[in-house]
Amino acid sequence: MSAVGRGTRVQAGFCTLVFVFLIAPILVIVPLSFNAEPYFTFTEGMLRLDPEAWSLRWYREVAGSEDWKRGLANSALVGICATAIATVLGTLAAIGLSNPAMPARRFVTGLLISPMVTPVIITAAGMYFFYTAAGLSRTHLGLILAHAVLGMPFVIITVTAALTGYDRNLTRAASGLGAGPVHGFLRVQLPLIAPGVMSGALFAFATSFDEVVVVLFMGGPAQKTVPREMWSGIREQISPAILAVATFLILLAGLLLLTVAWLRRRSVQASRGWRGGESRG
Amino acid sequence: MTARWRAAALVLPLLIYTVVTFLVPLTTMLVRSFYDPVVAEVLPGVLAALDDWNGSGDPPEPAWEAAATDLRAAAEAGTVGRVASRVGRVDPDLRTVLPGTAFALAEGGLRPARGQTWHDVMVSVDSAWASPDTWRGIKEGGRRFTSRHYLNAVDLTRGPDGSVAARPEDRRIYLPLFWRTLQVSLAVTLLCLVLGYPVAHLIAHASPRKRGILLALVLVPFWTSLLARTTSWIVLLQNQGVINDLLVATGLVADDGRLALVYNMAGTLIAMAHVLLPFMVLSLYSVMNSISPQYMRAAASLGARPWHAFRKVYWPQSLPGVGAGCLMVFILAIGYYITPALVGGSSGQLISNMVAYHMQQSLNWGLAAALGVLMLGGVMLLYVLYDRLTGGRVGIR
Repeated sequence: MSAVGRGTRVQAGFCTLVFVFLIAPILVIVPLSFNAEPYFTFTEGMLRLDPEAWSLRWYREVAGSEDWKRGLANSALVGICATAIATVLGTLAAIGLSNPAMPARRFVTGLLISPMVTPVIITAAGMYFFYTAAGLSRTHLGLILAHAVLGMPFVIITVTAALTGYDRNLTRAASGLGAGPVHGFLRVQLPLIAPGVMSGALFAFATSFDEVVVVLFMGGPAQKTVPREMWSGIREQISPAILAVATFLILLAGLLLLTVAWLRRRSVQASRGWRGGESRG
Repeated sequence: MTARWRAAALVLPLLIYTVVTFLVPLTTMLVRSFYDPVVAEVLPGVLAALDDWNGSGDPPEPAWEAAATDLRAAAEAGTVGRVASRVGRVDPDLRTVLPGTAFALAEGGLRPARGQTWHDVMVSVDSAWASPDTWRGIKEGGRRFTSRHYLNAVDLTRGPDGSVAARPEDRRIYLPLFWRTLQVSLAVTLLCLVLGYPVAHLIAHASPRKRGILLALVLVPFWTSLLARTTSWIVLLQNQGVINDLLVATGLVADDGRLALVYNMAGTLIAMAHVLLPFMVLSLYSVMNSISPQYMRAAASLGARPWHAFRKVYWPQSLPGVGAGCLMVFILAIGYYITPALVGGSSGQLISNMVAYHMQQSLNWGLAAALGVLMLGGVMLLYVLYDRLTGGRVGIR
């Protein structure tokens, strides 16, 4: 008994340290972004909780900067358009792929997932030549097309997962009741797999919103996104303004995480609801 | 319409999209590692005339006139620079010889005087043309299909007689870098396994309420922007950063003995482990989640000590998760670019950074492509293994 108890206590202690390793670096940046001085460490004033040592200086700097504003606009535009493409095409493909009748199913799935595991530097280098030849480098359209293909595997994964809980008889029932394929999809299947589709879309958006290597290779000065600005900020003139942006990105991550968790709970409830309906019927 | 075709029709739009926007660009880039027609297109006459030349002594007479004609045309078309940079990688002298000769021919309108041959004209413009090395460089650099980039990528050179030899040890660049990339990836994978296994175990066997909170702690870094996390590591680890300040304040480290934790290999390792740990934990968790605690209870009731029960009962059942997690982390680590580029300094650079260097700075695209092919080949092999291991269910998130 005591050996077991000691074992669990050692494990709990070890795990606490690992969780600190995971979370602390993210949390520490938040208070540092309120530093009144251009330093990257806690000043004595900050530690004494002297109000003079804390300020919104770097937030004001970011809010007043044309570069960051343009970056945010570009990130939002590219992210939203890329997500739309990835979600629509990815959802349709996932429905096809989860049909056992799909020919060469495993091979095609592997092919469609491959952008996720290909080292991004190779992807970016390949895209650079091809998109330049097609006149698409240094355009927003080029970035959108590239980011869509990078985000699409996540849509496939989440929608495929959502479809494993979907009862195909429902589609048959809908068509038996006279619904056309499109109508049946929109009114029966889509609402049930919607949480999976939304999670996939959020993953795709997060992928695009955080992508920097393809932007480095393909984007011109007019296509600088938030990560691209951060990249040059880190490499060239690291200023605490970056900490303010990082804090914003951390908040965004928290928001995305909460939304996905909420969607997951909804999808569990949805599938439970149907199973419950079956047993009642 | 059969079910087969209906399913295929749904997949087809994305398949076409992926082929056009991803696979074709990738392939055309990788083809550059062995195929480059530029020199052959700009200097067709010279290369044809050198076809039968064995590489020793003076090249045949038609080659001289063809060289003058091709180079003049290249100078006028503005393509001589592209040829010079490519041939210059075979023989660095040619980087200046070719444009110099080409512009002299084009501007001076040089022609052989009475009693002179093109041979005399070329040698009078640049004495380098009297050397067979120059012609050998053009012949070698003019090949459409070449193994040069691959040889280069594994630190081999081809001598003038065509024999392949390893570069001297102190001039090897890529093999040590491949080796370093493998070592770093392996180290990060092991580190993630050691840190992640107990955590995944804790989460998998916690009460549902606690499990949600602990999973969130793993997922927060997972969702947080990579650049934001890299920024925070720089802030934490740098010389005047939080960790060094803390160490100095507690007296563990003297003020003049601050640790170099970032812009070197240590920075790369720490930041990479932080980025990849969630992948490991989630892979392990998805398998451990389905291991019933009853097995361990049964082992204990049969008298097994905890460590023995773990080794004989739990560990074997968790192995699929260990395999999937390690492969996933290893695959992602091999291709790592952003973190080493930002926190690696010069000692923490990996093979990806070399690909980027040849793409953006040295503009040696053939070599970048060859390095890319080698890297991608390794990754794809591991990916196939991962696919087998997980039964085609890719879904760690």
